[in-house]
Amino acid sequence: MNFLLPAWALTRREFLRFWGERSRVAGFVISPLLFWIVVGSGFGNLDYFFAGALTMTVMFSAMFSMMSLIEDRREGFLLSVLVSPAPRASIFFGKVVGAAILAWLQGLFVLCSVFFTTLRQDPVTLLCVAGALLLTALLLTTVSYVIAWKLSSTQAFHAVINLLLVPGWMLSGAIFDPLLSFAWVRMLVQFNPLYYAHSLVRQFLSPGPGLPEISNCVWALAASIGIGAVLAARSTK
Amino acid sequence: MVSADAIRVDYGARRALDDTSLVVGAGEWHGILGPNGSGKSTLFRVLATLLKPTSGRFVVAGETDPARIRRRIGVVFQSQSLDQKLTVEQNMNAQGNLYGLSGSTLSGRITKLLWQFHLNGRESEPVQQLSGGLARRVEIAKALLHEPSVLLLDEPTTGLDPTARREWLQLLTDLRRERELTVLVTTHILDEAERCDRLTLLHEGRVVSGGTPADLKGQVSGDVVQFGTTEPARVAAQYPMYESRVGDGWVRFETPNGARFAAQAADALPGVIQTIAIQKPTLEDVFLRTTGTRL
Repeated sequence: MNFLLPAWALTRREFLRFWGERSRVAGFVISPLLFWIVVGSGFGNLDYFFAGALTMTVMFSAMFSMMSLIEDRREGFLLSVLVSPAPRASIFFGKVVGAAILAWLQGLFVLCSVFFTTLRQDPVTLLCVAGALLLTALLLTTVSYVIAWKLSSTQAFHAVINLLLVPGWMLSGAIFDPLLSFAWVRMLVQFNPLYYAHSLVRQFLSPGPGLPEISNCVWALAASIGIGAVLAARSTK
Repeated sequence: MVSADAIRVDYGARRALDDTSLVVGAGEWHGILGPNGSGKSTLFRVLATLLKPTSGRFVVAGETDPARIRRRIGVVFQSQSLDQKLTVEQNMNAQGNLYGLSGSTLSGRITKLLWQFHLNGRESEPVQQLSGGLARRVEIAKALLHEPSVLLLDEPTTGLDPTARREWLQLLTDLRRERELTVLVTTHILDEAERCDRLTLLHEGRVVSGGTPADLKGQVSGDVVQFGTTEPARVAAQYPMYESRVGDGWVRFETPNGARFAAQAADALPGVIQTIAIQKPTLEDVFLRTTGTRL
């Protein structure tokens, strides 16, 4: 059975649905921008919070794209996907790639605001940040997929997301430098994939001491995406 | 074309299906008749490869491997499986791609099916703007896109108004005339069941009877007389020579001559019998006689 054609059907569906719900676009882009302006202004440092706003945009978009998976699987479109001969891995691939590209595009939209900061703005930097955001989007959609597939209600999904991803984002360095915090926080962030995602973005926009190496960030993200993909492909039944 | 042998499904401590077997021949329209909770949707999920049975085996279109079975079956679910936000054509395209269809083959089949199901001109409409009956037609067109040899329908008229239900039944009659297709439909609606070649009656997860609708109805002799009464047990006790079933506010008799019996009973029990209904046996009577409960 063809792998790419069913995957493309699901990716295209994500785009079509997104285009049909333009309020979703506004919500996911405007709230991180507001967060960036309000919190950044409050601390008197818009530049520092910019990377956090970028990863937050990608995180919200990825999470909400995957929430539909829960209802779709119980009664809806996904039932007809599951009785089709499409390979299970292509179902995962199509859904995750579609949602990741949407999350990435929203991240790129917010990235346009970099010109209102004093952060690096040269084309190479922006290309590198775009790459980092794509990895972040793939990571977050994969993780959200694994969580959504295991759960039977959107309420439970919200609860788990609030327990895992939101604290993960807070401990990513988006709000404070976790390496200046308690020892247990310093230890915890070493196992936090979002810490590497946020650090990678910051390395490109405002490199400085105390951040993990770019290569380490890329490896950590790639490994996390790989583990998530294996879990997701195995859970797609 | 479809056979299930000693299928058992346990949901934790609860047994949803117990030792369920059936055989459906090629080209046959087979109904699984039973009330809510009888296990018919569980059996449907097993045959549609969505649920692995706890034990037992099943063969669909000569295949036992779920991945191979999926190529040969078309499935219409009780709930809508169309993406409400997408148009009719976008839904059909997505379905075709899932089955490896693309290009002119896919577009040709979509055009043909939309024409067959009187949906031409509706291609660009979002599904959420369609009526329940029209959306159901898109569902069946979608299920036939890859030209399956077996069609599985799970309570397909649930939620449809009477007009849409009549249209749906006509659609199935037309489909039957036009295509060589084996159909397995779960239902608790008598109209739907009556149109099947053969039926399997399910009750509390077990097969309780089976046969053609005519054979099954032949199990109930003469007429069925139902009295509406506040004292059903007393009325039943009055006529022990007839087969009877007692329910909440009603008692039902099988008698050789319904009209004569009803008149006698009304005279003998003045004021006790409030309403009288006389009819030829239906599949519901068969089910009631077999299980003691209504559909």
